[in-house]
This record gives sequence, C-alpha cells and structure tokens, in this order.
Amino acid sequence: MSNYSIRAEGLSKDYLIHHAQTQLNNAQYRTLRDQIAGVASGILRGFGTLGGSGMTHSTLHAINDVSFDITHGEVVGIIGRNGAGKSTLLKVLSRITAPTRGRATIYGRMASLLEVGTGFHPELSGRENVYLNGAILGMHKHEIDRKFDEIVAFAEVEKFLDTPVKFYSSGMYVRLAFAVAAHLEPDILIIDEVLAVGDARFQRKCLNKMQDVGAQGRTVLFVSHSMSAIMRMCQRTILLDSGKVLADGPSDQVVSDYLSGGSSSTAERIWDDPAQSPGAEVARLRAARICGPDGNVSESIDIRQPVSLEMEYDVLRDGFVLMPNMHLYNDQGTHLFTTIDVDPEWRHRQRPAGRWVSRAQIPGNLLAEGTHFVNVSMITNDPVIPQFHEREAVAFQVYDTMDGDSARGDYGSQMGGVVRPMLKWENRRISTKL
Amino acid sequence: MSLADTRQAPESLAPKADDERPTIIIQPVRGWFQLSLKNLWAYRELLYFFIWRDVKVRYKQTILGAAWAIIQPVMAMVVFTIFFGGLAKISSEGLPYPIFNYTGLLPWQYFSLALTSTSNSLVASAGLVRKVYFPRIMVPLATTIAGLVDFAVAFVVLIGLMVFYQIVPTLSILLLPLFLLLAVVTAGGVGLWLSALNVQYRDVRHAAPFLVQFWLFATPVVYPSSLLPEPWRTIFGLNPMVGVVEGFRWALLGTNPPTAMIALSTIIALIVFFSGVVYFQRVESKFADVI
Repeated sequence: MSNYSIRAEGLSKDYLIHHAQTQLNNAQYRTLRDQIAGVASGILRGFGTLGGSGMTHSTLHAINDVSFDITHGEVVGIIGRNGAGKSTLLKVLSRITAPTRGRATIYGRMASLLEVGTGFHPELSGRENVYLNGAILGMHKHEIDRKFDEIVAFAEVEKFLDTPVKFYSSGMYVRLAFAVAAHLEPDILIIDEVLAVGDARFQRKCLNKMQDVGAQGRTVLFVSHSMSAIMRMCQRTILLDSGKVLADGPSDQVVSDYLSGGSSSTAERIWDDPAQSPGAEVARLRAARICGPDGNVSESIDIRQPVSLEMEYDVLRDGFVLMPNMHLYNDQGTHLFTTIDVDPEWRHRQRPAGRWVSRAQIPGNLLAEGTHFVNVSMITNDPVIPQFHEREAVAFQVYDTMDGDSARGDYGSQMGGVVRPMLKWENRRISTKL
Repeated sequence: MSLADTRQAPESLAPKADDERPTIIIQPVRGWFQLSLKNLWAYRELLYFFIWRDVKVRYKQTILGAAWAIIQPVMAMVVFTIFFGGLAKISSEGLPYPIFNYTGLLPWQYFSLALTSTSNSLVASAGLVRKVYFPRIMVPLATTIAGLVDFAVAFVVLIGLMVFYQIVPTLSILLLPLFLLLAVVTAGGVGLWLSALNVQYRDVRHAAPFLVQFWLFATPVVYPSSLLPEPWRTIFGLNPMVGVVEGFRWALLGTNPPTAMIALSTIIALIVFFSGVVYFQRVESKFADVI
C-alpha cells in the first residue's frame, strides 16, 4: 500500500446553482421567506419547482470523476483555467467541503493554505495572531512556542510584535501571515496561489521556503496561475479542464500542452449556451479571441506585429452606456495593463440590444516575449454595474523570430522585463577629444 | 533555486514512517451521526484559542472595557427593581427585591448574551469556514463558553449584594456549578441550533433578539415561579432557564428547593443540546458551500 500520500478515486462535487431571474442581485443565501414563497408557488404550479421564487436551478459539476495518486514526497502542480475546478478540488481535499461522490484518502498530517492570513484578527497583536493563526492551521501550542522566533524573523516584523495587526501595512500583514503558514510542518501541504503576495523580494523568499518544504521530502500540492512557478517547483503537473483531469504528467509537457492549447485553443473561447455564459442583466459574454494582423484567430503572435483582443457579447437591454475593458497579465501573474473602450462613437451613447463585438489593438513591438493572459470584463457606466469579468478568457504567446528588426536588436539571449517597447534611440558624438 | 538559505531539516522533523501517519478518508456524508470525539479531542487547543480570542477582543476599543459586564446586569436590576419591585410590587419570596432579581439576572444575562452571540458566531467566522478545515462545532461552543468570563465579573457584584443584605449561603451553594452548567448546556444547545440554521437562513439573526425578549418573560427573572400554582409550576420547568434561575436562587439565597422543576429542565436542556449536536454535524459539511 502506502507509499501514497494522496489517493483520489472518482472525486466529484456538484453545486446546485440558483439563477435569480427577476432581481439584479443574485441571492447568495436563502431566507425562509424565499423558501416558503417557493414552496407556495410550487404548490400552485403543481410542484413544478421547489426553492426560491423566480429561481431556476442547474447543476454545476465543479469537479467530475477526478482520480490520481500522489506518492510520498512528490511536489505536484495543479493548473487550469478559472472555473476548471482547481479551487473546488483543493477544498474537497482540505475537508472544507464534502465531495458528492467518490473518495480520497490522505496518508499523513495535512495542512492546507488556501488563503494567506485566514483567521487573523485585526484587534489582536502580531504575537497573538501568530498563536491564533497557528492553531487554526492545526499547529499545537508547543510547536508555535518552539518556532516563534523563527516565524518572526522570517516575517521581519520584530519591532511591531505587540502592535495590533490592524495598524500593519498590507506588506507586513501578508509577510507575517505567510511566515506562520510556512513554518507548519505537515507531511502534506496544500497551497493555493498564495505566492501572489508581497513584493518581488518576499515572493522569492516564499518560493525558496516552499522549495525547502519539497526538499525535506514532504508532499506538496500547489495550485498556481504562474507557469514559471509551476515549472520551477513541480516535477509533475495535473491539468484540470471543466472539472476533469485533462492531462497528468511531467510539468514541462503538461504546461506546454496547456499553453499551446492541447485539445482546445487558448486564443479563442466561445460560449454557445447563453445559460452558461458569464453575464448579468445588461450584457452577456459570448466569445473572446485573439487575432493576428490578418484578422484570423491566432495564439502565436510575432513580437513585431500588432495583436487584436476581441470580445463578442450580447447586449440584452437598451438604454445603457457600456464600458468594455480588458486586463492583460503575463505568466508571472503580473498585471501589465488595463484597457478601457474609449471609442468616441459609443463612449457616451446608450447601446441598443443586439450582438456586439469590441476590439482593441495592441501595437507591435510593445509586449515582451512569453505567455499573456487576457481577462475580459464589462461594466455599465452610470450606474456602474459589473456585468461580467472572465479571468484568463484567452491567452496567447508572443515570440521573436530574431530577424534583427525587433526591439532586441542583435542581442540573442534572455532579456527580462514585462514589456519590450521599441524605443527611439539616438547617438551622436559630442566630442572628438578623450 | 537559491541554495544559500536552504537549511537541512533536523532529523526529528522529517516525516514519520507510514505506520505512524494518520489516515484521513474523505467521502460523501452519510448517516445521521458521525461526530468523531477523537477528532474533537485532536482540536482541543483550537477551542481554547477561540475562547481566548473571543475574550480578548470582546472589549477592545471600548472606554469602559470589562466594566460593561457589570453595568449591563446592574442597570437591568435597577430598572426592574423600580418597576417590578417598587411600582408593581411583585412578590420576591420574602427577599429584598434587588438581590432576588439580580440572582436571576446573572444566569439570564449570561444566557441571553451567549445565545445571541453564538447564533451569529458561524456567520461571523465565514472567512474561516470557507478557507480552513476544523470541526465547525468549535466556533459556537467557544462563543458559548467565552460568555462565562462576563458571568464571573458580574458575579462579584452578587457577592457584594449578599454581604450588603447579610445573606449567608447554605450548603446548597455547592450545587451552584451544576446550575451554571445547566445554563451553559442550554445556551450551547439553542446556540448550536440557531448558529447552524443561521448559516442557511439569515432570518435567525433578526429573530434571535425577539426570541430572547420573549424568553425573558417566560423565565422567572422579575417574578418568582411560585406565582404559578402546581402542577403548572413544575410544567413551567419545560423552559430549561426556569430550572437554572430557580436553581440559582435555591443555591444562593436558600429559597425552597424546586427539585421536580429542575429535573424537568435538565432533561429538556440535554435533549436540546444533543439534538443540536446531531443537527449541527448533519449540516456542517455544507456550511462552506452556503455561508
């Protein structure tokens, strides 16, 4: 049996989704009134529906028949788009929520870190929060006592130990929170994207600390959007898509599959079913795509060429001024920029209902080489009501053919940087004397 | 990878051999009772830390601090003494009305505060429930127990009143901890029900203050239960707080021992508590999904 750390056998988790049809705000929780009204209207309609009034239900298979074995000491990455089921899988494995079907067996002491600083109380001091947070994460008091100095030194907050954390800067807060978590010593550590915190120097420190954990022969399950962190930390990666395991293998292979599209292209995404597409009262997202200079969908873009980001959406109601916007991220999770529709023709005008397309063009010689992710988003203006915000709706790669006419000139190796604009350089000799 | 700050783990910290490692099985929730006492015991320190947190933050950023634990019952006693003792001339079984009333108010205040804060405790910890695993029952239990600190502070006033009115307690004072336990079990039981219901139905938050108000008048705090003729007096014990309040008066002030009433109250309190535990652990696996 068990050289295993985690065995998942057919794990599935279904959610019942309530769609409010009449109200602007989706009801997050039910009130008895809703229940009673729902039951009453159900009786009137001959038990047509049970549940909230004006609600319809659909089942979402957040994870669906997920199976894998992780052996002791493996560091495994989990990747996938937003909504692929990564967080649900971690929640099930962390025992936060129970699966609907299937089972998982965990061999060893497990700690999960789905959020940095869970359970910190703003009124308590740094010292007190270390104990409280440690206990919440499953540490015993004597363990915290033993590691206290190490935690404080790692977080670099020695001077403010007796200050309530509500007075901490966000950086200090996050450092202290990560420090507690980093000093857990479980056999199995489950981590969700907690590296997206703190400044670059502290991020590096965190990553090194996590590599230490892996090097000590512990099992680590690591969810991230940062492909570089996944490649650096994990030998093996599991790719989830629509709640299912799409690929499971060596990290470099799975990551490149994922980025290049594997079974489905990353450069275009279409929502055929209006019920499943992101949206609200006024607008609903129907497609997002990346187009090359020829106007065709393309996931590889020459660094010298412009690239078009396109979103297609239904405007469901007349009378709203819309502000389509997009957010560009690189594979490190760095937010490069946000762009908002400023098309003078529609900027202040209410858009009639219908199918619309909005396109933004990024000029050539601006982005750096590498993978870029695009969030597409829509809000109405005045009043400002978010309509949808789809993270990582599409992704594309920027490559340099190294023909010598890009911003890298004749330089052939690693350049770094989050953008690579072509700048105008000037040279002149200002003196003949030395 | 930077090897510079990679430290080697001491031998003792290395993962233990397979046979020593605990095994957790995760599967759909079935059956009506599967509370694991072993699991609760493993998390006992967390219960302690939750209580400690609740006590620590209760009077943060207040000027009067823990004095609130005294002000509330004392002000209530003053008001009740003026209206019920003074104006309405309600019987106080031959005792001075202020101490008669305060002895009842003491467990009542504990109960009402514990009830309202416990019913809201899980929702107030929504962030935790969504992000970390621990036995959820720790949250309402800790809140119920943390209320005892206020009780202890307010108890000091009672000692002062007993000295002032020169009331010497009899041996029955030894039973006081049992009646206090009865109050904790009642508050915990009702709190478990309401906190779990509140996760799904936020109506509870609005209903709880009413419930407490009505419950006060259904409990002999401002009047003695001897106002009722038998057998109604014993049946009155169906409200567990009746047993608690009359028990307190018996233990501290030496009123007639209401044995049958207390027995009935104890049975009801235990039923409420254990049904609360059963209901709570039946629905707790869904908390993270609906909170």
